[in-house]
Amino acid sequence: MITIQACLDGILLGILFALIAYGMALQWGVMNIINIAQGDLVILGGYIAYFMYLYGIHPAWGVIVSPIIMYFVGVGIYKLVINKVVDRDLFISILATFGISILFMQLMNFAFGADVVLANSGYGTTFLFDSNVVLPNSKIFSAFISILFAICLVIYMKKSKLGRAIRATAQNSRAAKILGVDTEKVYAATFGINAALCGVAGALISITFTIHPYMGLPYTIRSFMIVIVAGLGNLPGVALSGMGLGVFEEFADYILGTEFRIGSVFLLLVLILVYRRFKLSRKREYLK
Amino acid sequence: MKINKIILGFISALAILLSTSVTSFAKVVGDKIVLGAAVSLTGKYSSNGVHTQNGYNMAVDRINSMGGIKVGGKTYKFEIIYYDDESNPKRAAQLAERLISQDGVEFMLGPYSSGLTKAIAPVTEKYGVPMVEANGASRSLFTKGYKYLFAVLAPANLYLDVAIRTAVELNGGKGVKIAQAFEQDAFSQDVRLGILDAAKDTGSEIIIDDKLPKELNDMAATLVKVKQMKPDVLVVSGHTKGALTAIRQISEMKVDVPMLAMTHCDAAKLSKQHGKNAQYALCASQWHKTLTYKDKWFKDGMTYDADFTKMFGYAPPYQAAESSAALLVFKDAFERANSFDQKKVRDALAATDMQTFYGNIKFAPGGQNVSKPMVLFQVICDSSGKCENKVVAPLKWASAKLIHPVPKWSER
Repeated sequence: MITIQACLDGILLGILFALIAYGMALQWGVMNIINIAQGDLVILGGYIAYFMYLYGIHPAWGVIVSPIIMYFVGVGIYKLVINKVVDRDLFISILATFGISILFMQLMNFAFGADVVLANSGYGTTFLFDSNVVLPNSKIFSAFISILFAICLVIYMKKSKLGRAIRATAQNSRAAKILGVDTEKVYAATFGINAALCGVAGALISITFTIHPYMGLPYTIRSFMIVIVAGLGNLPGVALSGMGLGVFEEFADYILGTEFRIGSVFLLLVLILVYRRFKLSRKREYLK
Repeated sequence: MKINKIILGFISALAILLSTSVTSFAKVVGDKIVLGAAVSLTGKYSSNGVHTQNGYNMAVDRINSMGGIKVGGKTYKFEIIYYDDESNPKRAAQLAERLISQDGVEFMLGPYSSGLTKAIAPVTEKYGVPMVEANGASRSLFTKGYKYLFAVLAPANLYLDVAIRTAVELNGGKGVKIAQAFEQDAFSQDVRLGILDAAKDTGSEIIIDDKLPKELNDMAATLVKVKQMKPDVLVVSGHTKGALTAIRQISEMKVDVPMLAMTHCDAAKLSKQHGKNAQYALCASQWHKTLTYKDKWFKDGMTYDADFTKMFGYAPPYQAAESSAALLVFKDAFERANSFDQKKVRDALAATDMQTFYGNIKFAPGGQNVSKPMVLFQVICDSSGKCENKVVAPLKWASAKLIHPVPKWSER
């Protein structure tokens, strides 16, 4: 039963992480920018849902309102900062987004206070296997909404004009530009979509976990890891790697103890990177 | 050449102006005793930093309006120079250095949190500046042999000690099975050490001993273990985040445990914002308004609560109350020392033995307050769903009877 519980907890958690990671993979792939402020966008999205909750609106509505607001926040950040670093060295973009991250943390702290907060969804609990496995409905809801948004996004990317333009820019921005794609617009929309996904994830986190102005970094790190493992532009990979990471974390927590949870995740990352390098080196060919 | 002269003149004027403004701040000026404090007005501790500052301000206001401090036949008033330490230990240490060496402050008040107090204490110690602090409870502060550090609050290892002893008492004196989950920070780990001591003393067994990483807000795995192993007591400490995460996940996962004891429940506003989900949780607190301690400045806890609420628009958490108590201790020490000599004031502080609205204060050689026990309150809700914190232990101050064991979720 413990195995089932840990697996289900991990999968539900992983799906939520995968949504954030998908946003990161999207803008990383299109713009070649590693967004350190990813987690802070998530937390800001969470605060939007929390404020709706404070004003008597059910926080689940946050999954609709938060991405709309966050889209414009994302476009705003792009116009102010990101468009100046988009063609530059990766290091510059890391520094710029790191700066945005610090700025966001301080602004959120200033605006919302330093208290840890959460929004109660009142969704109750699902009991399985004679009450031996317990799943909070808020986690099931989060996973369901994450999957829904991911599917919508995949369809949008495949069918819509903007989606095709985004994919074209990701493949070859110069060629896309020559063929009449307004890459500037595509970049802004991509960053906006990423921020909107963070908004959805944030709203879900506010009803499943807790939020705090300084809690963004763990989300950035996890999504970074998922993207590293799955590779860019690989949605099934991101989803699988997210869920795998979630399950691995839960098991590590249960078997090794909570204090080794994060450590074991990093160990896994190192192992995967070493394994990838090993595989690559076997494929390497030399010009004779 | 002429421009150079003008610039030189300007810089000299500025230097003279700065040097005079520095000296004008000094320690005791005219009828003012100037105290220095670095508190967290921004950053992650800013909520509690503001409570600390409000507590200090309330006491300064009260002491000054009730006649001030009498030293050497003259009456003085308190004034505090504040700096924002940004919740950053390095910044706090720099500001302490600045307060002492630039602003000429000779007496200090503590910052918020054990971590920041740990950063400041070596500085005040180096300069021989007496510091009365109200928000650093970590045991390690009191084992370093500091001579100028005095804390009005009970040390961290005593926070949940009373919960274990109460559980053992209710179990007919027999040891209990304890599950514990503590964040990996100085304060929570000290609370953990206290539990280990209490378990050893009472013959209790620790069956789950989890350490929660700082960046984690999910303790589902710990709670699954609790469901499986069925301990008698579950103890959680991880600041506000720990309290909120525990309450959310325990209520969602319907974890039944006869006793749940935590820290930081009032900072997490459990009874007000999380009502029935938090019902029956036991919370360690340094102070509660219903305690019957008295003094002549604030009368008692209830009056303090009312006055503070009137002044700042919210009910005082214990962080504010203990900060106010720090000023009362300084006033008492100045009057007994009858001098502003730092050494004499330090000796007077060490000899403190007084009652304040916040509790009795008497310092051990390490600087911690040994005469004020922690209290435990329980979140109790009425039939309308309104929840309140009621003191249940120690029995001397109990305003309600402890509900034990906690009713199962299926029966609520």
